[in-house]
Amino acid sequence: MAGSKVRQNMVWEVEITKKTPDPEAKALIADVKDLGLKKVSSLKITRLWFLSGELDERDIQHITDELLCDPVNEQARITLLTDGRLKTVTGFEVLFNPGVMDPSVASVLRALTDMGYSGCSVRSGRRYEFNREFSPAEQDRLVKGLLLNPLIQHLAQPGEMVFARARSYRFRPAVIRITGVDDVRLAAISRERLLALSLEEMQILRRFYEELGREPTDVELETFAQTWSEHCQHKTFRGEITFGARQINNLLKSTIMRVTEELNLPWVLSAFHDNSGVIEFDEHYGISFKVETHNHPSALEPYGGAATGIGGVIRDCLGTGLGAKPVMNTDVFCFGYPGTPYEELPPGVLHPRRVLKGVVSGVRDYGNRMGIPTANGAVLFDDGFLTNPLVFCGTIGLIPRDCLRKEVRAGQAIVLLGGRTGRDGIHGVTFASLELDQDSAAFSSGAVQIGNPIEEKKLRDLVLTARDRKLFSAITDCGGGGLSSAVGELAQGHGCEVWLEKVPLKYPGLTPAEIWVSEAQERMVVFVEPGQVESLLRLAKEHDVEATVIGRVTDSGQLVVKYRERVVADLPMDFLHHGWRSVKRTAVWNRPDVSEPYVPEYQNLNEITLKLLASPNIASKEWITRQYDHEVQAGTIVKPFCGEHSTGPSDAAVIMPVRNSARACVIACGICPRYGMIDPYWMAASAIDEALRNCIAAGGDIERTAILDNFCWGSPERPEQLGALVRAAEACYDIARGFRVPFISGKDSLYNEFRTATGETVPIPGTLLISAVSVIPDGTKTVTADFKRAGSLIYLLGDTLPELGGSEYLRLHGGLGRDVPKVEPGRARRLMRQLGRAIRAGLVLACHDLSEGGLGVAVMEMAFAGGLGARLDLRRVPGAQRFERDDFLLFSESNSRFLCEVRPEARHHFERLMRGLPVRAIGQTTRELQVVIRGLQATEVLRLAVADAERVWRQALTARL
Amino acid sequence: MIRVCVLFAAGINCDEETAYAFELAGACPETVHINRLKKKPALLRNYQIFVIPGGFSYGDYIASGRVLANEIKHNLSEEIERFLAEGKLILGICNGFQVLVKSGLLPALEKPFEPQRVTLDTNDSARYEDRWVYLRTETTPCVFTRNLPEIVYLPVAHSEGKFIVDTPETLRQLNARGQIVLRYVNARGERAGYPDNPNGSVEGIAGICDPTGRIFGLMPHPERYTRREHHPRWHRENLTKPDGIVIFENAVNYVQENL
Repeated sequence: MAGSKVRQNMVWEVEITKKTPDPEAKALIADVKDLGLKKVSSLKITRLWFLSGELDERDIQHITDELLCDPVNEQARITLLTDGRLKTVTGFEVLFNPGVMDPSVASVLRALTDMGYSGCSVRSGRRYEFNREFSPAEQDRLVKGLLLNPLIQHLAQPGEMVFARARSYRFRPAVIRITGVDDVRLAAISRERLLALSLEEMQILRRFYEELGREPTDVELETFAQTWSEHCQHKTFRGEITFGARQINNLLKSTIMRVTEELNLPWVLSAFHDNSGVIEFDEHYGISFKVETHNHPSALEPYGGAATGIGGVIRDCLGTGLGAKPVMNTDVFCFGYPGTPYEELPPGVLHPRRVLKGVVSGVRDYGNRMGIPTANGAVLFDDGFLTNPLVFCGTIGLIPRDCLRKEVRAGQAIVLLGGRTGRDGIHGVTFASLELDQDSAAFSSGAVQIGNPIEEKKLRDLVLTARDRKLFSAITDCGGGGLSSAVGELAQGHGCEVWLEKVPLKYPGLTPAEIWVSEAQERMVVFVEPGQVESLLRLAKEHDVEATVIGRVTDSGQLVVKYRERVVADLPMDFLHHGWRSVKRTAVWNRPDVSEPYVPEYQNLNEITLKLLASPNIASKEWITRQYDHEVQAGTIVKPFCGEHSTGPSDAAVIMPVRNSARACVIACGICPRYGMIDPYWMAASAIDEALRNCIAAGGDIERTAILDNFCWGSPERPEQLGALVRAAEACYDIARGFRVPFISGKDSLYNEFRTATGETVPIPGTLLISAVSVIPDGTKTVTADFKRAGSLIYLLGDTLPELGGSEYLRLHGGLGRDVPKVEPGRARRLMRQLGRAIRAGLVLACHDLSEGGLGVAVMEMAFAGGLGARLDLRRVPGAQRFERDDFLLFSESNSRFLCEVRPEARHHFERLMRGLPVRAIGQTTRELQVVIRGLQATEVLRLAVADAERVWRQALTARL
Repeated sequence: MIRVCVLFAAGINCDEETAYAFELAGACPETVHINRLKKKPALLRNYQIFVIPGGFSYGDYIASGRVLANEIKHNLSEEIERFLAEGKLILGICNGFQVLVKSGLLPALEKPFEPQRVTLDTNDSARYEDRWVYLRTETTPCVFTRNLPEIVYLPVAHSEGKFIVDTPETLRQLNARGQIVLRYVNARGERAGYPDNPNGSVEGIAGICDPTGRIFGLMPHPERYTRREHHPRWHRENLTKPDGIVIFENAVNYVQENL
């Protein structure tokens, strides 16, 4: 057959369909219904492969049989496209855009090489055939909302060339005139080029270039836009704020960082100056922790946005010190309610169910492929997140203590590791500093990045191996702002020269400015001593990772960027990093006019308790959580689920990250945006308390716990938004200081607003996520929330107050309330310290924190998780004398409270430890599978079968997804 | 000293805990990159046990394990045949099981690297799921499961684990030759539906061996249950020896006694 190879421009099309029922098609039909499209009952999905090269019919049959088609459950059809064009298109055929690297193609090419076929071109696609036709409007919703991402894919058209070439780029020096232009023009330049620089900043630049006597290049303007962005500089947090009669200079320093500074704890190894914060683990290792948000990209493209969110924070971990090994991921999401009717969706907004499923799949596919357990998180629902969902991703890392410092010296080579650079994510950073509107999805799609977890897995393997062989001296990730931020920041105190033409590209046609700011994923920058370059490049080759020398560190104090020998940027580092002016803003805060809603008096509390258990904020998140690999690396010893059937909720995750060592980390989080609608101060206080109590409930040690802050807020240019932010930040200082718990890292995401068609701007509820990590010497001294045996004593720790503001109970009655839960950090710390001691002494069989739904929900969860019943007497609850109503007592969400199961034999020991604290035995566990509660009048107010409560709690959310 | 080759390739992510499990079992594991093995297949001769750990080799984009299976078939088949002829052991866990099945090393009804007869299809739920499952150990020639209790408890974590066969005849043969090693069951040891059978596998098949019992592949992760605290209920139950470690000890003991 050797003589009969087909001509180069011929293309083989291989169509693969399932012989067996296709669960993927079934799941997709459900998603189509989520889009509000009805009467879709069947779907056939066909995978398409296009191959060209020196391949004859026997070759393509061989490739199909061995590689593309599983003989057991798939069938194939092979067609020859003689002119290399698609003849007809059936159903919806989705193809990747020319030049876009599709990860599956890389693996096919690798396999073809193994089979002895080289020089082939491959493309992949998918065909979707539904049982019905769609109107143009429906089709648009279906295609753009579900089947493809227009940044990287398109619908195939008949006659389309399968292997089209991407444009190439011919260098044209780009200089933008800003000297001598008026302010109107200056503002227009910033707007048109999506620089997100304020007029004042543009004026600073105009002056700078007028003194320099030249005009800026496009690369230079982009560099300023990235470096001076809100995202990179936290201009609001570091700026000057007038708050009523007060002047605040640098909110970050005067609140959050001040806690860490004043506490000055010896076990905090690195706070606020690297890609993650680091605390001591043992004499050999530190534990790093960083949490990032990826809200804007996830609103537009939930799958890709969330995937690259987790990908980015993993690189933050790898870029900490000389590289930390990622050992666990966390994720926290805020969405609109999954039951939101389609008619209520503003135009251009994706349905929350679709956002949720996309985000969860993105985190799942990236985190699982990376081999990092996702073992802790939270999911919240509120109408306030309908247009702006929040996606927080965190990574905990393990780092040898001698790898904490980076060393940058003139003469080091700048080496780019990992994936190739494309047009992905251009302007992601400046985009994050702009508000969304209904057209965002249309013209900002360049800001969505594309993730390839296997590329990142290889990068991780290489970085950690190279670190252990000491092959580089400094490392950072290419995240927001791409190379411009990575190289610019790392070489800040020195200077550098970068040669952009060396950067490996995914496809030709990128301008130097695009290469410089591209946020293409899976890339890291390392600085390497000249003598180590060769060894590093060799090691990279072994790991199939591209490594390229793209520049060198100098001592010129200048950032010099060249493209094919021409200088495209030449800026003083000092001006670049310090030339921006801190912003001056005004803040106000007025207590919102809120009142207590009417709550009817119930005969008994059975029905309303079941309703609470079914609330999406309380119901089991099992549908989501089981999709994450939470035990890869074999270190997870408290998993997301606990109890007799592994269905109960765990308060925290516990991991043992070092083999042969019992030392462990307890990881938890706290987030309560509804409280912020009443008072952001107490929201922040409650989030800190919640994160800490989740951590302590599982066995964490309050004296060895550090926390992280992630603020997601509306525009700080609105005084009332900024006022709320200031209040929250001030609570962070007061409360964390009172708990003696340091902040080690944080991030803010501002401008989370949505402009509707009528021009109205909707900010999100200001939200603070607090993440906590505690190091304990012995992971076997931990507890879970499930009741362990009948006849134990049930203790309630902490005072209950009539403060139902922002609670789930009032939400169920259609109101917000006024009295938001408070925190007394000094008292709470004492309680948590003693509880930690009791747990480590083995006195506590089960422990659960009280949060949404209060005591009523907590006792139910502990009972059904443990397969046991309970009897409680509300009159014995510490603080009961303040209540006249059983329901308010049972469902109050007062902070700093725990339920503990204690063996009767341990009673005295336990009570001795708790002396002087508001702690009382309020009941017992029972063999009878019911929870029975006696109220303030000594009558029975609740009697529920444990199985009924469990069924409602487990199914409520799953049934809506 | 018994030496174990722990295969590594892009996307494999359970290599460290798998190596550690063999270490606990008294062997000397070494992680070997596929690129090194391809360059010098004879490296395999240094080892008595070859294990393909779990993960997502090359991203599993075409089908789970397919690309790595192809790579092994085209570059290492001679060495692996020799390895097997010497009576040595091969283990594939999760993605490693998928690789063994897709390369024709399992079930190897006639010979190793035969055309594929079985596969691991998308879970009925169409989702990746991580959960612990009960498994019944069948009476088989499999050397890895000799001292396992009748009912064991291990985690599964996959999206393509539904074991299916090409024809009823293949299933009959697998049963007749005792090649079905582990089946998903409920806590009482009975065959049951989802979620006890987490993916919809035919006859609840979770792991199979070749006719000699020296090649073994399974979807569950024994390396994730090698210490008491891995068990999801260690806080509430008295536990005896972790089930997972027994599989690794069996392999090491077999090599000690027979090679």
